[in-house]
Amino acid sequence: MSTDLARWQFATTSIYHFLFVPVTIGLAFLVALLETAWYRKNDDAYRRLARFFGTLLLINVAIGVVTGLVQEFEFGMNWSVYSRYVGNVFGGPLAMEGLLAFFLESTFLGIWIFGWNRLSKRLHLACIWVVAGATMLSAAFIMAANSWMQHPVGYTMGPNHQPQLNDVWALFNNPVFLWGYTHVVLASLVTGSLVMLAVSAWHLRRKSHVEAFRRTAVISLVVLLPTIILAMFVGSELGVVEGKYQPMKIAAAEALWTTCDSHCPFSAFQIGGGKNDHTPTQILPIPGLLSILATNHLDGKVEGINQLQAQYTKEYGPGTYIPSVFIQYWSMRVMAYLAALLGLLGLWGAWAIRRHSLDRSKWFLRVATWAVAAVFLMNTAGWLLTESGRQPWIVQGLLKTANAASPSVTTTDIWISLSVFLFLYLTLGAADLFLMIRYGRRDLGSEEEQGKPTSAGGRQDGPGPRPGAGPDAGPGAGPDEEADEDERLPALVY
Amino acid sequence: MHLRTLWFVLDAILWVGFLILEGFDFGVGMLHAWLAKDDTDRRVAINSIGPFWDGNEVWLIVAAAVIFAAFPAWYATMFSALYLAALLLLAALIIRGVSFEYQRKVDDERWRATFRWTLVVGSFLIPFLVGVALGDLLHGLPINQQGDYTGSFWGLLTPFGLWTGVTLVVLSLLLGSTYLTLKTTGDLHDRVARVSATIGWIAVPVVLGYVIWVHVGLGSGFVPNPIDAFALLAVIGAAWAASSRQEGWAFLAAALGMGGAVGTIFVQLYPNVLVSTTNAAYNLTIANTASPSYTLGVMTVVAAVALPVILLYQGWSYHVFRARLRAPRQGSPVRTPGAGTEAGAGAESGAGTSAEAGADGLAGRKGPL
Repeated sequence: MSTDLARWQFATTSIYHFLFVPVTIGLAFLVALLETAWYRKNDDAYRRLARFFGTLLLINVAIGVVTGLVQEFEFGMNWSVYSRYVGNVFGGPLAMEGLLAFFLESTFLGIWIFGWNRLSKRLHLACIWVVAGATMLSAAFIMAANSWMQHPVGYTMGPNHQPQLNDVWALFNNPVFLWGYTHVVLASLVTGSLVMLAVSAWHLRRKSHVEAFRRTAVISLVVLLPTIILAMFVGSELGVVEGKYQPMKIAAAEALWTTCDSHCPFSAFQIGGGKNDHTPTQILPIPGLLSILATNHLDGKVEGINQLQAQYTKEYGPGTYIPSVFIQYWSMRVMAYLAALLGLLGLWGAWAIRRHSLDRSKWFLRVATWAVAAVFLMNTAGWLLTESGRQPWIVQGLLKTANAASPSVTTTDIWISLSVFLFLYLTLGAADLFLMIRYGRRDLGSEEEQGKPTSAGGRQDGPGPRPGAGPDAGPGAGPDEEADEDERLPALVY
Repeated sequence: MHLRTLWFVLDAILWVGFLILEGFDFGVGMLHAWLAKDDTDRRVAINSIGPFWDGNEVWLIVAAAVIFAAFPAWYATMFSALYLAALLLLAALIIRGVSFEYQRKVDDERWRATFRWTLVVGSFLIPFLVGVALGDLLHGLPINQQGDYTGSFWGLLTPFGLWTGVTLVVLSLLLGSTYLTLKTTGDLHDRVARVSATIGWIAVPVVLGYVIWVHVGLGSGFVPNPIDAFALLAVIGAAWAASSRQEGWAFLAAALGMGGAVGTIFVQLYPNVLVSTTNAAYNLTIANTASPSYTLGVMTVVAAVALPVILLYQGWSYHVFRARLRAPRQGSPVRTPGAGTEAGAGAESGAGTSAEAGADGLAGRKGPL
């Protein structure tokens, strides 16, 4: 019971964390692109766009960072047996992440936020690139740790039958890591570009700053199209790698109960196929596709759940080695089908760009605004597929989840913590969504009214001073506040 | 020196670094609601730590991750034993972390007040709970032979742990107030300076009690450790310097006081990492919790490369934002209605120049900073 609760808690907190992570990674990169455009072309529209999307980035980073803290503590809090057992391998990448990536990200983000008028343009641009690079580096260490749970490498069995790290490079040379990490980075770029596309499309539909938001729509599509295609390709290669090291994960994803020797079909949908139904009714079977997805060969053999179960029982002793077939089957399809739809959206956008009708094509803009919801569903499904598919193992072949939880933590403790997290996360999620929508719809600030005030001349514009914006800006200070720059960059900063 | 001893020392340094650096931003976070007379003051206070707090918090993250990697059994026992306290700490970190970003995002007094209070409460709870946790390591908890905690939540609230928490909160207040004297001007500055002196003299008996308890109370004899005496002297020095408006010295001394107060826990702990009150044989020690030497060797290489660079760029960030903050004068072109972004940018560069003047003023002051 308490292990189940601990799993629920870890699953909800990490899924929630990963709603924000890909937005951060993707948007940091895109904001860096925008600021680069400003630096090179000296066109103020790019500066305003960089700050506009920078604000959205920061709203996300705030939650991404604090929910990441939870993840780091939870290993020790809820999974003390696991932590004690594998800490010398698994803890290493986490500590490296802090030392080599997270310090960089946090410090330079602080400098970037407050440094718009303190640093030279070039130095300020360098800061956002450091942030963008550090977010990706950070993901690399986390993925190296996670991949070790999927496919443990680089260790020997020490005394007490405990894995001991003996080759740190193996962690970063792990095929599951190489494909999985690439997949995550691509998915993050897809996520970031869809957020940017959705916001741009919303503004284009309302004819607000068409010139500027057409540029971000184009940039986001230019990033989206190749990354979604690559993500699908890399994802399917990851499937082959996992088919090799975690065949049960793949068999369950296809609800394949009995081994199939070659030309295995892939079912688009199926009815049944759950725990007690070993002969599901396949709808729209696509001949040979499963063999290709799982092995890269049309005549590849795909092991069935029953055969694998028998093999594992012999190897690891009695027990159930089958993950939830329902979750595997459907999360794989939700992820893949949504990715395909987003790929089509990218093609549609590219076609609209080619016909110079991007800002006029009503349906495209409408769909592009709402498509952003799909990407979060897709990311979540991807993680469910890979993490639920690892069960019953917490570390494949080495330690079972059922044996990994903290003995001293009671069911009551976890009920309390789960409730606290749910309350905080729901509240913060609502606040985040509210702010993202509000700041996504905010006016960009117009250059038409203002001339080109990039440099010192900025103060000349506007209808005069507004005394004491700070003190008097209490409740009802006026709607103009809304149109302001990021409120965290008020006039009196440095 | 054995690698695992090196990592114990490094981890102690990370906790000390965390509590000195975040200590001042915790202090500012707690004080800002009271010291600020109006919204501008609050902005000045928050912006004085705005660029730094997140980078400072990474010290905590790394301190915890280093325990995980270098002393897995310590990490496993400590975090599972402290379960509900760690939960509270996480909640505090969460509500405080978002407050910086969200407070100014909606122009509504209730919204702002909410995040103002999450900042105050979070800034209080974090040093307090970290103090309780570190104090408990030294005081000891009921830990059984398997390294599992056998007490309840209330068992975590040991008197010494609570006093350590109070000490760290008071020292954070001292650090925060002396830091603010270095970053503000005008009325706000005068108020902060008075308050920092008061806090300084409150901190002296608190730290005196703490060092006596650490030493005598936990049975290490009567001859004080140099580090205990050092912590106490530093806090007395900070109080004295704050009273005589030697602001730079006051901040420096407060930082040393915090460093000494946290450092002494680790000095007293050595070679244990978590004392068991059940049986001394069950004590978690450096030796019985450390990772094998291969892991420690890899980590040593990483830290040797990373830490100097981290100090360099974090130092640079403090250098970039070294100036005092000042509120815009009444009637100066702060922000122009309807003008949107550009007016903001223009006014910012204006404020930038006045901050330069502030920086000059800073250079003229007494003290090392």
